[in-house]
Order: sequence, then C-alpha cells, then structure tokens
Amino acid sequence: MFDYLRYIRERNFPHIWCSGCGDGIVLKALIRAVDKLGISRDEMVMVSGIGCSSRTPGYVDINTLHTTHGRAIPFATGVKLANPKLHVIVVTGDGDATAIGGNHYIHAARRNIDLTVLLYNNYIYGMTGGQVSPTTPRGKRASTAPFGNQEPAFNISDLAEAAGASFVARGDVYHAQKLEKLIVKAVQKKGFSVVEILSPCPTAYGRRNRMAHPVKMMEWLRDQTVPVAKWERLSPEEREGKVRTGIIVDVDKVEYTETNDKLIESLKADK
Amino acid sequence: MRKVIMGNHAVSYGVRACDVKVLSAYPITPQTQVVELLSEMCASGEIDAKFIKVESEHSAMTACVGASAAGVRAFTATSAQGLLLMHEVLHWAVGARLPIVLANINRAVGPPWSIWTDQNDSLSQRDVGWLQIYCESNQETQDTIVQAFKIAETVKLPVMLVLDAFFLSHTFEIVDILEAKDVRKFLPPYVAETKIDVDDPHSFGNLGSPSEYFELRYMIQKAMEEARDVVKDVDIEFKEHFGRGYGVVHPYRCDGADVILVTSGTVASTTRAVIDEMRDEGIKIGSLKIRLFRPFPVEEVYEVLSKAKKVAVIDRNISFGHHGIFFQEIKSALYGRTDVPIFGYITGLGGRDVTPKVIREIADRAVSDEKQERDINWIGVKV
Repeated sequence: MFDYLRYIRERNFPHIWCSGCGDGIVLKALIRAVDKLGISRDEMVMVSGIGCSSRTPGYVDINTLHTTHGRAIPFATGVKLANPKLHVIVVTGDGDATAIGGNHYIHAARRNIDLTVLLYNNYIYGMTGGQVSPTTPRGKRASTAPFGNQEPAFNISDLAEAAGASFVARGDVYHAQKLEKLIVKAVQKKGFSVVEILSPCPTAYGRRNRMAHPVKMMEWLRDQTVPVAKWERLSPEEREGKVRTGIIVDVDKVEYTETNDKLIESLKADK
Repeated sequence: MRKVIMGNHAVSYGVRACDVKVLSAYPITPQTQVVELLSEMCASGEIDAKFIKVESEHSAMTACVGASAAGVRAFTATSAQGLLLMHEVLHWAVGARLPIVLANINRAVGPPWSIWTDQNDSLSQRDVGWLQIYCESNQETQDTIVQAFKIAETVKLPVMLVLDAFFLSHTFEIVDILEAKDVRKFLPPYVAETKIDVDDPHSFGNLGSPSEYFELRYMIQKAMEEARDVVKDVDIEFKEHFGRGYGVVHPYRCDGADVILVTSGTVASTTRAVIDEMRDEGIKIGSLKIRLFRPFPVEEVYEVLSKAKKVAVIDRNISFGHHGIFFQEIKSALYGRTDVPIFGYITGLGGRDVTPKVIREIADRAVSDEKQERDINWIGVKV
C-alpha cells in the first residue's frame, strides 16, 4: 500500500475540496509521480496561483509557493532562473492560467522555459462560486452565464502547442494511473511541459449542467475522453463532443535557461 | 418593496435602479454575489445593460473606462487583490474624468492569503483621486450606489463605495428596494458632456505636455474640493426623494461628550451599542462615523471633535511605518486648530472580530489614559 502521508502536510488537513471534486485524485497521482521520479524533495518546488487547484501545494511536504491570481508562471520563472537545478512544478487552473494569467502561459511556452505546468481544467471558476471561465463550453451554464455561456472556449492543450511548448499532454482523473505517467513524463521533459488535467467540479459546474452527482461527472469524463491513438482513427463527426487524451506534443527544442546560461558564458569568454 | 437581502445584493439592487449600461467584472471573493445577481438581471432583461465577463480585474476597470468614455454609466465590483490589480486603470479613470462607480468589498491583502475584512485594500488607493464612501448597513449601501452616480457625474470623478467583507457583504438585512422609475426623478438618464462620438471626434488620453498636465491635475483637486459640498447636497436631495440620508459623517451622542470614538464601516454600529452602554453608566462618551473618506470632510470632523476633551480613532488598517490611516487623517484635519489629544488604536486586521468587548477596551483606555504615550495602540494582538 502506497504511503501518501510521507508527502502530506497533515497540519493543513482537512483539505478544502468539496465531495466529488477531482483535485484529490490529482494530488494522489502527483504524489505517486513525485515518488516514482525519485527526485529529492529539496530539489523540487511547487508554485501555484489562486483557485481550488492552487491549494494543492499547501498539502504537500516539499518547497512550495502559493502566489497571486494568474501569476504562478512568472513566480516560477523567477525561481527557475535563480536556480536552474530546481525542478519547478506549477499547479494552476483554467481560470488562473488561461484568463488572468493567460499572457504568462503563452509566453512561457514560447520561451520554452523548463517548467512543468499541471493545469487542472474544471471548466469553471470553482472557488469563487462557478463563474464562467475561458474553458466553459459554449451553451453550458455558470453563475455568470445563468442562461448558457455565449462565448467559445479555449482548448488549453492546443494553445500550449501553438505557443511553442515542447511537451503537451492531456489526462483526466477517471484515468488516474495514466495521469500519473503523464506527470512523470512532463517533469522529466527538458522544456516547457503542460499536462492539462480534466477534473470534475460537481459543486459549481455539475450542479448547473445536469451532472450534480459526482459519479455522473466521472462517467462524463470516461465517455468524452479518447486516447490519442484512437483519436487519429476517428472521423470529424465521431470526434464531435470528445477530447483526446495522452501525449499530444513531445518534441525537443532549445530550452530557455540553457540558452541564457550559454549566452552568459560566451560573453564571459569574450572578455 | 422591502426585501431581506445580503449586503452584496444591496449593491446589485442599487445598480439595478441606475440605468447602468455596461457592467464588467472578474470573480473574486467576497464580492461574488454583487455581479452574479447583476449578470442574471442583464441576461433576463430585467436591466437594459451589457455584462462583460473579462479575464482580469485590470480588464474589468479598463472596460468600464471604455464604456464611460463612450458616454454611458459603467459599474464594476471587486475586492483586495482585484482592486490592487486595477490600480493603474483607477488612475486612468480619474485623469480621464470618467464618472465610473465601483463597489469594493474590503478584504485583507495577501500574503498570507485572507478573504476576511480590513481596510488596507481601499485605503491604499487613497491618493488616486477616486471619491471613497464607507457604508455601514445594507440600506445605506443600496442608497449610496444611487447617490454615487449622481455625485460622480456632477464632479466628473469616479466614486468607490466601500463595505466590509462578510460583516456587511454577507449579512442579510431588510432593505427598502429602490425602483428605477422612482430613481429616475432623482438621477436622470446620463448625458455625457464629452464622449467618444463619431459625429464630433476628439482625441482622448493624448500626451499632456508639461505646459498642460499641471493644470489638469489642479482641476482634479478643484473637483475634489467641490465634491465636499456635492456629496452633502446629493445626500440632502436623496433624503427629500426617499426619506433617508446619511451625512458625510455621523456623530452619535457627541453632545457633551468628553471622549469621542472615531469609527468607519460596520465597526460604527457596534461602537454605538458600546456608547449606549457607557452612557447608561454615566460616562460622557460619543462616537463619530466617517462615511466620506475622500474628499476628507475636514470641517465636519473639526466641528464635532473640537468640542471633545479626547479623541480615540479606531483603525482597521495600518500604514506601515506610520500610523493607522484614519488616525493620520483626523490628526491632519485638526492640526493647528485644536490641541485635543488624539489616541490611535489598531484592531481587527485580517477579519479579526471587533466585538463590543474590544471596543469597550479601547473606550476604557481612552477614558483613563491621560496623555498620549504612543500613536499606535494595538488592541488584541497576540505577540
């Protein structure tokens, strides 16, 4: 039996997540991944912004930084540049990383700085009571879209790919074992890596969208996700209403802290 | 119509009555319900307004600036970090002389993260040129929104309405709900004197050279000075229409009071209960609530406090390295005009409850202390 408590700050429990929330499943997958990676906890830093997902670092016994709304990635960039040896993991949500912090998300990807971003997507602002977020699907209800959201949604993974991330994957909490593997690969990747994690919010999203029961939300995750290999074989009609999961991008590119260090070294050598 | 509603919804109902055309907001606790109810009213057609769901508070205030510059009433609500993120654009609204109204639900600033009340978020915006009005009850909150638009449009400056997180924002009280048809007689439809207009094009927000900028800043100060009377007049006119008025300050049992406690926000109501208790014991004490913070009501404050033998200021805020902020303001307002001793008390930061017991402790100390030993007295701090 895996001993999760070794990685938990028990004094911060009980956690704030509602019954049926997927964030606890991510926490467990994350802990198993950290354990599997075998990286010293002293060499790991977890940085978060604001929202339900951003509470995660408070519960894990490693170096953590809980920052302002949307700014986890710039804080993490500072940490990484100050000490490039550190493994820096950003824990953020759809509102945090793609609304108020959207600019930082795309620019960190463009720069390809060696950070791992675990981006929990629950399609809503959960903590503040279910306001519409950039990933709320069109037509779905939110507290600020009581008659259905009129705006198109962001595809977080496609966004990271287009902006230049070297590793992009999508996982979900129904497939928790697979999620753990994706997190391991993302942390191992040198460069900007993103794991978009579909996590259910029955309280703020499900209740407004006929999935109030947490089991119903888990079934929804199960039924809408399609592994990338299978996705390739689907026709555009069959892809309707589905999302692909697994590794979407895995390429080797020039990484920012390395080029930065190389430039400094070359300038020193010139003197 | 009378309804039992929460403080945040009192804000929404105030906005509902004001013919506001553009609302823009970003989610933040504890202002949440203000915009949730408004977005519902927009979507259902109860109010004829557009609700913009933006990607940050900075964008929320920016959208209000755009809407107001286009000549319509614009409103937003926020708290703490959200207000701080708006900071750049708060300045912009003032410089552009746009009558935007904002409700800030006072919340402590992080880190450490706190969602509970104190006044450092709004008070750190003291010098941007927004009027600031601190509310104490849900009725006052709703009514002040309506007053705020009238004041803002008269002096061409934005107005910030401030209320305590949870102690007011989430407290349910009976409110006499204002209806748009009645409010229209008090607050006619907004006609902007200058606006972005294709038929009469102007340049907005252009470069102000050293030969012009100075004068524009002078004019902002003149408008602030004018606002002192405008706030009073609007309140009197509001009372004529709706039977309720609040004043720029609210003195309570100050006649013949040796000691006067200065308060703001919800602490004012608790303080009045303590004043009653002490008056029953024969102690000559009263209280003064500061409702209007910017422009600061210097004369009204002087008139009340100069008659006291001691003044005790309760601050739910602090200017690090100096004093409580209301304390500084009171001291500056009385400087050179009276030598009444002023005692400063800091309490209730980060939502620590300011109970009658806490206020009694402050009052007892103010009554017994003969001379001012220090400008900051910390009440309830555990160190």
